[in-house]
Amino acid sequence: MVENQRWLNILAHLVLIAGVLVVAFPVYIAFIASTHEPSAFVSGVVPLLPGSNAANSYADVLTGGVSSQMSVPISLMLKNSMIMALSIAIGKIVISILSAFAIVYFRFPFRQAAFWMIFITLMLPVEVRIVPTFQVISNLGMLNSYAGLSIPLIASATATFLFRQVFLTIPDELMEAARIDGAGPLKFFKDILLPLSRTNIAALFVILFIYGWNQYIWPILVTTDDKYQTIVAGIKRMADVVDSEPLWNYIMATSVLAMLPPVVVVIMMQRLFVKGLVETEK
Amino acid sequence: MAGITLENVGKTYAGDVAAVADVNLEINDGEFVVLVGPSGCGKSTLLRMVAGLETITEGRVTIGARVVNNLEPADRDIAMVFQNYALYPHMTVRQNLSYGLKNRRMPRDEITRRVDEAAGILEIGEYLDRKPRALSGGQRQRVAMGRAIVREPAAFLFDEPLSNLDAKLRVSMRGEIRSLQKRLGTTSVYVTHDQLEAMTLADRLVVLRGGRIEQIGAPIEVYRRPVSTFVAGFIGSPAMNLLPGTLQGGQLHVGGQSFAVEVAGNEKVEVGIRPEDLRPAKSGEPGLAVSLAYVEALGAQQLGHFRVDGHPLVAAFPPDQLVHDRMSLAFDRTILHLFSAETGKRLN
Repeated sequence: MVENQRWLNILAHLVLIAGVLVVAFPVYIAFIASTHEPSAFVSGVVPLLPGSNAANSYADVLTGGVSSQMSVPISLMLKNSMIMALSIAIGKIVISILSAFAIVYFRFPFRQAAFWMIFITLMLPVEVRIVPTFQVISNLGMLNSYAGLSIPLIASATATFLFRQVFLTIPDELMEAARIDGAGPLKFFKDILLPLSRTNIAALFVILFIYGWNQYIWPILVTTDDKYQTIVAGIKRMADVVDSEPLWNYIMATSVLAMLPPVVVVIMMQRLFVKGLVETEK
Repeated sequence: MAGITLENVGKTYAGDVAAVADVNLEINDGEFVVLVGPSGCGKSTLLRMVAGLETITEGRVTIGARVVNNLEPADRDIAMVFQNYALYPHMTVRQNLSYGLKNRRMPRDEITRRVDEAAGILEIGEYLDRKPRALSGGQRQRVAMGRAIVREPAAFLFDEPLSNLDAKLRVSMRGEIRSLQKRLGTTSVYVTHDQLEAMTLADRLVVLRGGRIEQIGAPIEVYRRPVSTFVAGFIGSPAMNLLPGTLQGGQLHVGGQSFAVEVAGNEKVEVGIRPEDLRPAKSGEPGLAVSLAYVEALGAQQLGHFRVDGHPLVAAFPPDQLVHDRMSLAFDRTILHLFSAETGKRLN
């Protein structure tokens, strides 16, 4: 439906602009806060224009010049978050694409049962199973490690389900043609399925990277060692100061920096991402 | 180059559902055999068993000198053309053609030679660097055939390859498939539900019904002497008319007429008359008294849809024939088809 009416256009733009403002305003405030003195935001009047302290805030945060407030330099936290988010995103994609491949293309006993068991775990997000999961990770000695940070979050029913749906749209004849062309299961997977689900992989990567990056409760639980602190959890700790005012400019500068990697991922993968979400023809 | 032999071949699915049963068929080297039948008659299943895409539950399939029952499709030395083309959408035409050869570890210059040759034969040379989605239906079909040709297989298997094309293209591709097969001399098995395609392509027709072979023969032979009412109704367009009649001591009673036929026995019969064998009776000539329902003018001929004693009857006339509401239609008594009303089997 393509309507081309002036008032509808104006209305549509108003709605869109309102939406953008609602989303963008807090981000803007965070940026503004990072450019002022620490006290500016607790004075009662929220400034709406950038202050003059931006260079200091960011330089201090990036070079670790705020050690009184932060036990861990921000670069290490960024690195930890990056490792965790990448492990989760890549691990989830690898595991779920393989399990979807098994479920769709192989006939084995209890295949349906396997699928439904995976599917049912959709109802059990990390928060619900957090205590037993913690117990398992603790018993395995994976507390305070990258493995402990990422492995429990890797199993993904959603991604398995998504890849299953993608594979189901690929006609069976393609698999049969590949068999006649002498491609075994793994060759078929590598040469046909992977290239055909490229856009879906990209879309999923974006979503999962952000999901991993934003993990909060789990990192707080399994890491007590500052060496493994992630940035999202770190921001929280920065705000938890005793007997002094939180240094809002540093906290906000860190927040702004923490937003950058997901933004970069989205921008880089935008084209594939959108294609993966809307493309239906195979 | 090789023949294909099917001995007592059957396919039973879990739960004792027999899709194909007791098929015996010998396909000679270089022969073009068409499996034809209505949906669900098992023709595709049979082809897929030859291809190795379905397991063979009973009997034996031999390609060339080898029993292939337990061979992977790739090892059976066959190539298949699918109804929806099954081209790899992310590969260019050239990659599509060469994929099977690469998997066979064929030397690169040999692959290039074969692909270029096939592209020349099929006139798809200028599309080699395009992806399938940039091609029309007919071009995709050519690429699918090219993928079969480059393999230089012992046999081509076609699974309703023209069904997705529009009517006009179907006719021209049909001709191309026929001439290509003649030129390459490769044994071919072709599945279709379109009797016209079957008639025009086949060296030999195999009519299937309910998973069993109903009749095997050259198309014209099947057309002239269908072995049952099923084949009679399936082969030929418009379909053969079947009128109820009685056979009594060498006399056939049908549509108010009685005349001698060379078939013994007393029973109820179905009398088959091809629409093209009916013509208006000359004055004084005995004929079937029919009343007109409607006329379809097809240009080259016209089809009169009549009723005789409550039974439908179709007659094909030349386009200039006047068709009246009430007519008397005559037919040549020597080319009647007589079938048992009980078993549907041919009697004469």
